[in-house]
Amino acid sequence: MADTTLTHIGQTQPRPAGLRGVAADWSSDQRAFKNVSWGKAMMWIFLLSDTFVFGCFLLSYMTARMSTRVPWPNPSEVFALHIGGSNIPLILIAIMTFVLISSSGTMAMAVNFGYRHDRRKTAILMLLTAALGATFVGMQAFEWTKLITEGVRPWGNPWGAAQFGSSFFMITGFHGTHVTFGVIFLIIVARKVWRGDYDTGRPGFFTSRRGRYEHVEIMGLYWHFVDLVWVFIFAFFYLW
Amino acid sequence: MVDVTPADAVPPAEVAEMELYHPHSWWTKYVFSQDAKVIAIQYSATATAIGLVALVLSWMMRLQLGFPGTFDFITPEAYYQFITMHGMIMVIYLLTALFLGGFGNYLIPLMVGARDMVFPYVNMLSYWIYLLAVLVLVSSFFAPGGPTGAGWTLYPPQAIMTGTPGGQDWGIILMLVSLILFIIGFTMGGLNYVVTVLQARTRGMTLMRLPLTVWGIFTATVMALLAFPALFVACVMMLFDRALGTSFFMPAIVEMGEQLQHGGGSPILFQHLFWFFGHPEVYIVALPAFGIVSDLISTHARKNIFGYRMMVWAIVGIGALSFVVWAHHMYVSGMHPYFGFFFATTTLIIAVPTAIKVYNWVLTLWRGDIHLTVPMLFALAFIVTFVNGGLTGLFLGNVVVDVPLSDTMFVVAHFHMVMGVAPILVIFGAIYHWYPKVTGRMLNEAMGQFHFWVTFLGAYLIFFPMHYLGLMGVPRRYNELTDMTMMTESAHDLNSFISIMAFLVGFAQIVFLFNLIWSIRHGREAGGNPWRATTLEWQTPETPPAHGNFGKELPIVYRWAYDYSVPGAKEDFIPQNVPGSFGSSREPA
Repeated sequence: MADTTLTHIGQTQPRPAGLRGVAADWSSDQRAFKNVSWGKAMMWIFLLSDTFVFGCFLLSYMTARMSTRVPWPNPSEVFALHIGGSNIPLILIAIMTFVLISSSGTMAMAVNFGYRHDRRKTAILMLLTAALGATFVGMQAFEWTKLITEGVRPWGNPWGAAQFGSSFFMITGFHGTHVTFGVIFLIIVARKVWRGDYDTGRPGFFTSRRGRYEHVEIMGLYWHFVDLVWVFIFAFFYLW
Repeated sequence: MVDVTPADAVPPAEVAEMELYHPHSWWTKYVFSQDAKVIAIQYSATATAIGLVALVLSWMMRLQLGFPGTFDFITPEAYYQFITMHGMIMVIYLLTALFLGGFGNYLIPLMVGARDMVFPYVNMLSYWIYLLAVLVLVSSFFAPGGPTGAGWTLYPPQAIMTGTPGGQDWGIILMLVSLILFIIGFTMGGLNYVVTVLQARTRGMTLMRLPLTVWGIFTATVMALLAFPALFVACVMMLFDRALGTSFFMPAIVEMGEQLQHGGGSPILFQHLFWFFGHPEVYIVALPAFGIVSDLISTHARKNIFGYRMMVWAIVGIGALSFVVWAHHMYVSGMHPYFGFFFATTTLIIAVPTAIKVYNWVLTLWRGDIHLTVPMLFALAFIVTFVNGGLTGLFLGNVVVDVPLSDTMFVVAHFHMVMGVAPILVIFGAIYHWYPKVTGRMLNEAMGQFHFWVTFLGAYLIFFPMHYLGLMGVPRRYNELTDMTMMTESAHDLNSFISIMAFLVGFAQIVFLFNLIWSIRHGREAGGNPWRATTLEWQTPETPPAHGNFGKELPIVYRWAYDYSVPGAKEDFIPQNVPGSFGSSREPA
């Protein structure tokens, strides 16, 4: 990818004071965000846009839940698992959340080792992240199966408002799709790291551009974002 | 103020040379091209083609309204389908795609001094997904039941019910899928435009030296990236309502004597999501027009834009404000009076930055050396049209005036003036202006004059009478007005008159298309800079610009984009990449 991270910053004219200075900094020569590469800038802006997507989904869900006139299913009962003779509320979701948050940790470590050009550790940590992500999606599939066998459908459920099932499947499904895409790209980037593409400057298959270890970090931005979104979904669906 | 940017003060390069993809075959050069200029032309051609479909649809509507009962094939269902597809195509698939995908792709890299968009491959994908979206949309014309007839706003519950054309057939599904595809494709392109403007400018090109065209397109793209998510969510949810039987937007409802399976959903929620997208969309179309018209006026009046910095802040301010006005489209849906008060207030506040822009355009013209070229005629026509359309917007922004006028022809006239005719006039002006750069030849002047006068006067003859009809109480969305008591004989005549004018204006567009094709081979040779303009796209070594835009060395920018008629300079324009100080430039310090 075209390298934009030359380090020195042109500082030719004295900056004006106050608000003018703020504007001058933003509009400064060639780049608004100094030492931010194109790929990283693009990912941040994409994530901002994606925030609006999830924000609209969650706001719609809240509207539906607050305006419904029939009872809303009780999450502590609906999401409980029957283990060892008793219903344990939120146990599955606690494990899922733990797994996903842990994957953020392994991802952060992968980024660190990536910048040290430690190919082996970076690739292993990325694959570990992908495995944790896949585990999360697997547990989500389990949860969906359980709810479906109990009679929850997008158009209705045995316990109350139909919007419960529809919002749940739609929002967790949309988030799960994000995680799945993340897992796929984690594996692709891990393969590139493993093979040494970022050291040898091997051109990308589609883009025919050379990649850099920064791709690991950009991948990480996406991954952390998906985890962060999960925290909100968790709070609004399971704790409310 | 004195221009003080001596050549030696040029900042060192921060952005390294871009790694360009060099095509090896005809296919990768002209079809699956990663060059933003080729992608721009692909976008523009596709948008124009689908726009012609929408033009024909508008003729069909006018045939029915002007001469009711004469044409049997325009059934009420067909009429609603024409309305829906005309609106949706014009707003999204033509205007948005042409301004951002077409002009954005062509002009951003050239104007900021970049070799291409930052991620050309993603940029290419953006076009192909857009094309797919258009094809899905077109396929709905051939699907069983035809395209959706829900109105371009697709309001539920009617959008997915039996009584609406396409509601329980394929129409609405294809419409929603097409919109979702469009949004995905647009996001890919939009991210490119934003990052290119922010991070890939050439040396000396601060944001405050950007031509206003780039400012307009840039701000509109940022808005689109934040507004389209709401439409995306609305489309997904409605698709589920229709295909899976969920009830996001569907309340308990009886249809043809039968209780539907839906219940508990909120149609108003859809309206909020739709207009949270829909209102910024108006400015997504208008801001690029504002930007382009500023450059056209400055160039063809040989005078620096008046109040450049104010113009930039006005663009940004309008962009921000447009996110807090959406519910003014929903006054008749009912809302708490305080909300109505809030949204009416924010709506009227937008008039302030907009008025600043209009004043600045006029002050730019004042005592300028105005050349009445075809692009300039279109630019002047835009100012007049925009003021007209904007003033009726002040009427409609007030709740008490909006409620009685809301479902009348007055609204049709208002939004066609302000977001139909006005941006289209800018698009025409921009095409006449930049066509020489794209092809190396000028568009034919005589055909251009004919096109301008028929389009400009014709558009007024179409939409001015509509205001009057609306004030009489003539409703919109009705396909048959013959038996209405408020429709006097003269009102019927007026309707026929409007229809005839619509055909005339449409015909002028055929002349324009012919001109576009004819001039590629027979137009006058343009040279590199026929308008003697300052911006970087006119300073390329080749015309049309080659792959990589600027030859061996990227240009270095020494001044703002508006050094026209600088006292003391040899010529009446100083290109942005010319070093040195020439007397008294008006560039803001």
